[in-house]
Amino acid sequence: MKIVYTDVLVIGGGLAGLRVAIGARRRGLDALVLSLVPPKRSHSAAAQGGMQASLANTVKGEGDNEDVHFGDTVRGSDWGADQAVVRMFVNTAPKAVRELAAWGVPWSRVRRGDREVIINGQRITLTESEQAHGLLAQRDFGGTRKWRTCYVSDGTGHAMLYAVGDQAIAHGVPVHERKEALALIRDGDRCCGAVVRDLASGELIAYVSRATVVATGGAGRLYRVTTNAVICEGMGAALALDTGVVALGNMEAIQFHPTGIFPAGILVTEGCRGDGGLLRDAAGHRFMPDYEPEKKELASRDVVSRRMAEHIRKGHGAASRFGPHLWLDITQLGRTHIDRNLREVKEICRYFLGVDPAEAWIPVHPAQHYTMGGIRTDASGQCPTLRGLFSAGEAACWDLHGFNRLGGNSVAETVVAGMIVGEFVADFCQGPDGEINVPTGLVRDAVAAQQAALDALIGGGDESADAIRIAMQQVMTDRVGIFRDGRELAVAVDELEALLLRSRRIGVRSEGPGPNPELVTAYRVQRMLKVALCIACGALARQESRGAHYREDFPRRDDAAWLQRTLATWPDPTATRPTLAYEPLQVSTMELPPGWRGYGERNHIEHPDTPARAATVEATQTAEQLSRHALQERLMPYRHLLPPSLRGDNDRLGDLPR
Amino acid sequence: MSDTRQINLHVFRHNPLDPASVPHLQTYQVEEAPGMTLFLALSELRERQDPSLAFDFVCRAGICGSCGMIVNGRPRLACRTLTQELPGDITLLPLPAFGLIADLSVDTGTWMRAMTERLQAWLHPADPTLDLSRIEQRMEPQLADEIYELDRCIECGCCVAACGTAQMRKDFVGAVGMNKIARFGLDPRDARSDADFYELIGGDEGVFGCMTLLACHDVCPKELPLQTQIAYLRRRMARAGA
Repeated sequence: MKIVYTDVLVIGGGLAGLRVAIGARRRGLDALVLSLVPPKRSHSAAAQGGMQASLANTVKGEGDNEDVHFGDTVRGSDWGADQAVVRMFVNTAPKAVRELAAWGVPWSRVRRGDREVIINGQRITLTESEQAHGLLAQRDFGGTRKWRTCYVSDGTGHAMLYAVGDQAIAHGVPVHERKEALALIRDGDRCCGAVVRDLASGELIAYVSRATVVATGGAGRLYRVTTNAVICEGMGAALALDTGVVALGNMEAIQFHPTGIFPAGILVTEGCRGDGGLLRDAAGHRFMPDYEPEKKELASRDVVSRRMAEHIRKGHGAASRFGPHLWLDITQLGRTHIDRNLREVKEICRYFLGVDPAEAWIPVHPAQHYTMGGIRTDASGQCPTLRGLFSAGEAACWDLHGFNRLGGNSVAETVVAGMIVGEFVADFCQGPDGEINVPTGLVRDAVAAQQAALDALIGGGDESADAIRIAMQQVMTDRVGIFRDGRELAVAVDELEALLLRSRRIGVRSEGPGPNPELVTAYRVQRMLKVALCIACGALARQESRGAHYREDFPRRDDAAWLQRTLATWPDPTATRPTLAYEPLQVSTMELPPGWRGYGERNHIEHPDTPARAATVEATQTAEQLSRHALQERLMPYRHLLPPSLRGDNDRLGDLPR
Repeated sequence: MSDTRQINLHVFRHNPLDPASVPHLQTYQVEEAPGMTLFLALSELRERQDPSLAFDFVCRAGICGSCGMIVNGRPRLACRTLTQELPGDITLLPLPAFGLIADLSVDTGTWMRAMTERLQAWLHPADPTLDLSRIEQRMEPQLADEIYELDRCIECGCCVAACGTAQMRKDFVGAVGMNKIARFGLDPRDARSDADFYELIGGDEGVFGCMTLLACHDVCPKELPLQTQIAYLRRRMARAGA
């Protein structure tokens, strides 16, 4: 039996995982990253439009700061987020973007003087200040009150991933590529590594570690139509679920991005709309102002996707052989702007559609895009129910995004969570809880259990893994999508349950050494179905509409009954459904009590504690002459939750004497 | 429908870990669909005809560089290659110069990491002390755009697969490596001088090994200005080494 020992085992080589590993390495620990693919191929590279950080360099960002970013993020989440985590995030985001600048990311920069931009379909002139020249530029994104999204043309995730990937190499972090974790190794309530399959040789290897970090990204491939890379199959969530004790939070909170290219689902960035692009229907009519007069195309993603689906339902979609779609029109931005700031979009249109977006409209349709839920952790990234297990990035639910994530907050979250969780992982390893004492027999048993499961698949039953996977994806796209209702969801749960039972009878024909892609599909689809059931069961149980979770039979947000986080566990491996429990959010400690988001429906049911808390907050704001930091501290202290190195205030141009 | 085309995919098959495996081409028939890419064709083939076929796709949007392969004799990203642009017979081979994992799947990761370590292809900061609370250093907007132009490399390996020198010299850093040096050489945040870069690429495994066949430039999926960068670097290195 091959055993690899390390201090910190990071499962997932995207931005979050790499940044955690660098953080641990800098603290003198051995950190090792497992990755399905060469790490620079990770889905982080697909983040196009940018990363939110309240730098306020551009003239349209003036007045921006952590407070504004905080408010936008909480409203975007439809009050589902953990507000202390949001505060930790918005204070760290400027530090993260500046660290990346120092690591070589070629952020787009502010140019002094006049430039023409398109805002709300109108061509206007902005004048950038002399002082801002050469500092990081920001563009507009949905659901934000200031231009806050820092960007590298529209290859932001790529540039970030390459800088961080190269830093991981510079720091001597080993990345074991083409390795897939199949199970976490548990000793009672302590996680001590993972059983891993080598995807090139097929061999099983045990990795024993003091701390284990799951940073495996999202689960988009549970859906037939998704912007996600083919490796985003929710395997990190499944690892956690299979322990029986770790909970997944809010798995029903699934984001649909407004502008997936139709029908392939390939993403075109929100930056298209942020930079002035418009949505049009079959008749060429710009329809978003009819639904959302205030934010129009730049309401939050859940709202825009819902309005698009609604407009298509009313018969205004453009017809095609693959079904109806809408149009994204960026022609008015002009070729110069597209060539400089929307290069990937231009390439994607050229190669996949044969279209020049400077001249023709882009066919778009909402597509699954992001998993707000994930492995439930505390604000330090650690799982409360399994010591030594941490999670960061899209795989995690420390709960930055609640029920809807803002554009530009995910790629920001990867590096911010990496910075924060990396420190706490190091603290854990260097503290009294960091020691492990793992008998090799325990490790052997864990490996043997996985080997037995793989052996049972080879030459097993008569079910086809591919057929089951396609059926699951179709159920998720058809019945657990943008519009949900109780009847459809109940059918979805039944169908997924039947598929789960069938997946236990999958037979794999290919055998022998090597990658064996047929076997990979087989063991993954068994795991994917459990994650899919957490989404569908959570959605069926949640009888309200919040953020991206929209129930046509319960169209109002119901704070009185549902200001709660769903926790899904799978304690009995033979069960066919998860166990659901709920964790209430405390209105009495919120810095921003629940209210209207400023876009979308205005009809929520109030939580009984909201009026009292709102009065307290308002009284504090008006009665006392406090600086904004002191006021914030009075309302909801959070800095003690951050590692000491990340607690400082952030300097901005506007704070300096002009 | 009468106007749909049957395409013949001739796919390289070999499993190096299986002593019984002999490298060969296997032919599959796929019905062409509108907008079908090689990603869609191969995925459908694996879902419906042969679940054992090994290949690599990740983003399937031309962004991540996983799916470089030789398509009818030319290195390309398979995910954004439309079948309608190709004849009815399509031959798919794995990229040469990289270790073969199986079928169309090759190990670019080990090659790229070794190259990055050898060239120390990461930013070496001029000032390593950094206060993250302070306002960032300025950079001319035009220069940032120029650095990004070279930073767009996706390490797909097409330039290495197309390179005559790389087929003959295992230690040749390829256009991908030289482009990285050009990129850090352009970046004022990097403290290294041409003399430092000369130590890394001033030999036959670097700029002086290039035979100027320029296939790298022709096949680069990101249309990076590799020809210009290599020529420019060679002049600078000749000067630095003099």
